[in-house]
Amino acid sequence: MKSVKLENITKKFANTTAIEDINVHIKNGEFFTFLGPSGCGKTTTLRVIAGFYLPSSGKVFFDHEEVTAMKPNKRNIGMVFQNYALFPHMTVFENIAFGLQVRKFSRKKIKEKVERAQEFVRLEGLENRKITELSGGQQQRVALARAIVIEPDILLLDEPLSNLDAKLREETRIEIKRLQVELGITTVYVTHDQDEAMAMSDRIMVMKDGQVQQIGTPQEIYNQPANYFVASFIGESNTFRATIQEVRDETVVVDIGEGVILEGLRKNHSPDVTFTEGESIQLSIRPEIIEIGKDENALEGTVILTEFSGVSMKYIVKVGDYELHVMTINTGSNILNRGDSITLSIPKNGIYFMNEMG
Amino acid sequence: MSQTYQTTAPKKSIWRNITQSRYFVYLLISPLVFVLVAYVLYPMYKTFTNSVLDDSGSLSLMNYVSFFTTEANLESLYNSVLISILSVITCGIVGVTMAFLLNRYEFPGRRFLSVLALVPMALPPLIGAISFSFLYGNSGIFPRLFQHLFSLEDVPFALSGLTAVVIVHTFTMYPYFYLSASATFQGLDLSLEEAATSLGAGRFTIWRKVILPMLTPAMVASSLLVFMISMASYTAPLMFNVERTMTMQIVLSRTNGKLDMAATQSTILSIVSIAFLILMTWYQNRRNYQSQSKGVGVHRTEVRTPLVKYLFLLFSVIGVIILLLPILVIALISFSVDGEWTTQIIPTSYTLDHYIDLFTDAKTWGPIWNSIKMSTVAVIGNIIFGVAAAYAMVRFDFKGKLFMDILIMVPWALPGTVVAVNLISAFSEGNLFSFNQVLVGTFWIIPLAYFVRQLPLVFRNSQASLIQMDESIEEAAKSLGATWWYSFRRVVIPVIMPGILAGTLLAFVQGLTEFVASILIYTPSNVPLSVGIWNKMYSFEFGTASAYGMLQTVLIIIVLFINEKIKGDSGATPTM
Repeated sequence: MKSVKLENITKKFANTTAIEDINVHIKNGEFFTFLGPSGCGKTTTLRVIAGFYLPSSGKVFFDHEEVTAMKPNKRNIGMVFQNYALFPHMTVFENIAFGLQVRKFSRKKIKEKVERAQEFVRLEGLENRKITELSGGQQQRVALARAIVIEPDILLLDEPLSNLDAKLREETRIEIKRLQVELGITTVYVTHDQDEAMAMSDRIMVMKDGQVQQIGTPQEIYNQPANYFVASFIGESNTFRATIQEVRDETVVVDIGEGVILEGLRKNHSPDVTFTEGESIQLSIRPEIIEIGKDENALEGTVILTEFSGVSMKYIVKVGDYELHVMTINTGSNILNRGDSITLSIPKNGIYFMNEMG
Repeated sequence: MSQTYQTTAPKKSIWRNITQSRYFVYLLISPLVFVLVAYVLYPMYKTFTNSVLDDSGSLSLMNYVSFFTTEANLESLYNSVLISILSVITCGIVGVTMAFLLNRYEFPGRRFLSVLALVPMALPPLIGAISFSFLYGNSGIFPRLFQHLFSLEDVPFALSGLTAVVIVHTFTMYPYFYLSASATFQGLDLSLEEAATSLGAGRFTIWRKVILPMLTPAMVASSLLVFMISMASYTAPLMFNVERTMTMQIVLSRTNGKLDMAATQSTILSIVSIAFLILMTWYQNRRNYQSQSKGVGVHRTEVRTPLVKYLFLLFSVIGVIILLLPILVIALISFSVDGEWTTQIIPTSYTLDHYIDLFTDAKTWGPIWNSIKMSTVAVIGNIIFGVAAAYAMVRFDFKGKLFMDILIMVPWALPGTVVAVNLISAFSEGNLFSFNQVLVGTFWIIPLAYFVRQLPLVFRNSQASLIQMDESIEEAAKSLGATWWYSFRRVVIPVIMPGILAGTLLAFVQGLTEFVASILIYTPSNVPLSVGIWNKMYSFEFGTASAYGMLQTVLIIIVLFINEKIKGDSGATPTM
């Protein structure tokens, strides 16, 4: 197991900059995720770590060793590709054994290790199957076994679940996490799926347009997004533009227009915020934090859409000109219908202040 | 420790500087460039200089002036172009009609006919021409049959001259139209026509506005191809004695020792061929007709009316007979006793001796063995350079890539006659590229010609497989610790093997059946199979010649069959 450090990594292709000035330190044994929309540079960053791209500038370290220009085959990494990249002319066994043969293990040792890897990913008895005879989920596990059997220092996963259907994706997600915890292997995971990132990661790096937006634990990213992009990209959020009316000791009072005044705690803000009265600011309110009933920051509205999903209920509520998304846990109480009036309240602690997006 | 460190460090960094330099790729492709320059470009250049230099070695356009003022030359050029245009028209009509009927209608004998439709591709060009002469020529079976039936003095009709050449071309080249038109008909989504019908269009409008525009790309590409191949055709004019075509004139000039004229004629023919190659490349790059729908159901109209049904049946029977006759006649003659077939309709006495002789008589076996040797040598070179070139073209990006792509394909576009003349021009004396050896008149000149002519075949097939192969498979191998060479050996080569194999097998049989270039450069001690056939024909040993021909045909059928299997198993598409 090794740690990975990226120092001022920039990668340019022809005339576009794919990633710019990435600095991150992935700890030994950590499950670390690069998250962002497509084209944000997450795969490019992964490929710099793997050694498939030589960065235009900056340095890559595995522990204390600089590996920036080291060939991929010398790095002792295990990589799982988006389309698995299994060798189509080999059997399951031969695929998993490939890296061990490169490392010149004895036949006996290879057989032993491949068997153990197969057991680990639950592929027992399939060693003589051809790749084309496997289901998508099985192929994905062969790819995983092939990557871990060489006992890599770092495991790199490039959107490994994107080719699986929804149910299988959830199963495999748990499988990968279990494997990572049991092996304690430093893992870098690339995905555009925030649920996946939140569920699996120790820490997440959110990226956009080749730049790092925020690095933090899932809770930090969800509860204290660094900026407007992170708040809107991770989870669902009601965002408003507001004008600061009054800055008090503990709280801030803002006007979101149409006479709606909200009061939020002063401590809930992204690092770039300085409160100045009269200036405009951005608010983010998570749907599940809004309560039904008259309490702090009470608002009167009308239900315009109801969505029942079993576990929860989701309302879209019209308050003035705004549409608020509200989510409540289903407790068996009455469900409101379109046209019903509703009273909402937003706890002071549920309002998060950010600067307007740049 | 520190000492070794000090000595290896600078060396390592030099190596790293080289491999990571963006000019490294040029180092990698330099052997390919060398081969292309030495054996494609330089011979072309030598032919060109021969055509523009006079005896004293000074620049002169005399040869061109004399070309364009000699009636024989002008007529040859005119004939070649005329034959090509007529061939395009007849191949187009036959090919598209066949494709339409076989893909859109269900009638008795359809399946059988659609298998046989590709038979002409299994006939070596020389054998195709010979079989037509056996069947319809001046002393052919059918003219004789009618002569005997009606007790005529002379044969009532016989295939000869330009007509004969165009008919042989139609038979051997219509598959190019047939295949591309069939592919279009199969890919044509029926819902397009249904949509047109629902919008109120009648049959005629649908043809004009929907089907024809969809067919156009295939038609244009096939026309260019057939035109190019017809211009290069040599066996059909040779067989039917049409001396005034470009290829025949080149061979005549060469045989009469007028090398500068041969060079001039070759240069003019090369210009036409390369112009067509560039035109085809350009057209292929710009066409982008694609069916939008995913699964296309094949739908065939069943023929119901009795009259139409009989018409279709008649069409099937005639089609099957015409397609099978050439092979059947070669098979028949291959059992006939040499020299016994003179004025009878068909040979009267038969024997198995020719087939036994093929493998037991040293003299008969000689040409077979020569061809196997020369073709093998050529194919080994093809694999090494064809695969390397395909890999470089698919995986690397470098300046002059397009130029290299065209340069590799040039030998495919050049007539075999021209390739031979080029090699004669370049290697009649020793030079850098032949390691100071005179190659003309030695064993090596024919394998070299085969190598040059078949390089495109191996290249194209390997390239097609490589394009289909996901690049991340190679990266996976590297991430698992494999060096470039290890992953190339263990992963890339096995994965693209079907493509290499398909190309190599085709190249090998093309070597075994090559005639046009061989006839110009073979040496008496090293007669290849096709030249052997020609010599036997010349000395009226039709039986032996036909037995040789059957051997070639069977080999081609086997290779086509294996390639079909490969295609089915791997999804790779062997390209001709």
